[in-house]
Amino acid sequence: MDKVGLKEHTSKQFDAELEEVRELVLAMGGLVEQQIADAVRALVAGEGGLGQTVIEGDTRVNRMEVEIDQECTRILARRAPQAGDLRLVIAVAKTITDLERIGDEAEKIGRMATHLAAYERPKGAFRQIETLGRGVREMLRDALDAFARLDSKAALRVAQQDEAIDREYEGIVRQCITYMMEDPRNIRHMLDVLWAVKALERIGDHATNISEYVVYFVEGKDVRHIGVEAMAQEISRSARRRRDRD
Amino acid sequence: MLMRQSTHDTAPAARTPESEPAVPAKPGCKMSVRDLAVWYGEKQALHGVCLDIVENEVTALIGPSGCGKSTFLRCLNRMNDLVPGVRIAGEVEFDAQDIYAPQVDVVELRSHIGMVFQKPNPFPKSIYENIAYAPKILGRVRKRTDMDDLVEDSLKRAGLWDEVKDRLAAPGLDLSGGQQQRLCIARAIAVSPSVLLMDEPCSALDPVATATIEQLIDDLKESYTIVIVTHNLQQAARVAGYTAFFHLGHIIEYSDTDALFTHPREKKTEDYITGRYG
Repeated sequence: MDKVGLKEHTSKQFDAELEEVRELVLAMGGLVEQQIADAVRALVAGEGGLGQTVIEGDTRVNRMEVEIDQECTRILARRAPQAGDLRLVIAVAKTITDLERIGDEAEKIGRMATHLAAYERPKGAFRQIETLGRGVREMLRDALDAFARLDSKAALRVAQQDEAIDREYEGIVRQCITYMMEDPRNIRHMLDVLWAVKALERIGDHATNISEYVVYFVEGKDVRHIGVEAMAQEISRSARRRRDRD
Repeated sequence: MLMRQSTHDTAPAARTPESEPAVPAKPGCKMSVRDLAVWYGEKQALHGVCLDIVENEVTALIGPSGCGKSTFLRCLNRMNDLVPGVRIAGEVEFDAQDIYAPQVDVVELRSHIGMVFQKPNPFPKSIYENIAYAPKILGRVRKRTDMDDLVEDSLKRAGLWDEVKDRLAAPGLDLSGGQQQRLCIARAIAVSPSVLLMDEPCSALDPVATATIEQLIDDLKESYTIVIVTHNLQQAARVAGYTAFFHLGHIIEYSDTDALFTHPREKKTEDYITGRYG
């Protein structure tokens, strides 16, 4: 744990176990990030084969979730972790649930990509999807980064991005409605597109959840369901307290 | 219950609660106990216990007071021989040799199977002499320089060298409790045992000294096979690769520690480790 500035335990084995579980989460996060990237590319470029690869790749994500879950159970049973160690294990167990769901969303996008592979798409219509995809992928990467560096301020910035993602999403929905009204023959395809962008929007929500677990782990504060404003206040309160203490 | 049965060919999951406990399916069995029964006078303390102790692993024995875990431990290097009125039946093998065979030299045996007790019990001698005493008596080391090396090496293995190297002539009893316990471990390993038996080695120590000893146990298992009796369930969970749960002189369950603490097979084990015993 010394890598992230935490003092080492007397038990080196315990350190190694916590470090391993942290690394596994980051590896799973990396895998999920790649799944999103591939899914979005498959959708935008109409690469049905790549979409299929994403669908099949989801089993790896699922396997990692099970593996990390078992490791968390093992640590809880054998180490009875306390305080920050306990919060880490809880945060990890929750984070991987969200990562697994993100994996499912990527799989969904991959599926839509295979449906839409043969579809003659309106010019430039999918550019916005690409932007949205990049946005949520960055959110996820930043959330995992915040987790790796125990940085609650970085976690807050992730949560703050979610509103922009939601606006982006609504923009695409409006555009889809326009296409559907223009030509009802588009409706079937546009429904698929809608499913895919909804999945992207959900990924943003999951990334926000992960950033909230980071704050819980680092600050010991539960900042779920209180809104971004209150989350920001909590984090600056904690920072002030730390400053005063030091 | 005393009937002999093969413990090797049955998978742990296939066993019924009444049968003897499973033996971890791992090669490298250092000690093998079969049908061990012990009586103190009229009272039977162990009822036909079977257990294989895996080499270079930590095996923890847990269970409520009076369950027979310490009796079992003390049978492993014939410490119970010293108890008046004791009667022992069954087999205890160490490297495939019966340790209760008539020709066994018990002093020699105990140099192979060392013991560390609940309360640190250094000799009322210097730190140096505490380590050097047994090798000298056993005639293992004659030259002073060899003895110096042995003392240093033993203290290093026990993680105590840096703390005492400048005061080897000081009395062992001047050390703190945790240091005394590590001195006793150093003393035990000075005669190059291959098995270390530990009877509640941390119960007289504070949490910091306990954590140090636990880390030491983890380091020592590279070179030694360790059997530890502990009242502290969490300690068993932390240090042991395998755990055996004793109850009323029987082994109720014996499996790898992960399994025992996350999904015990037996209801009794679960009740005990979750604090529903009694």
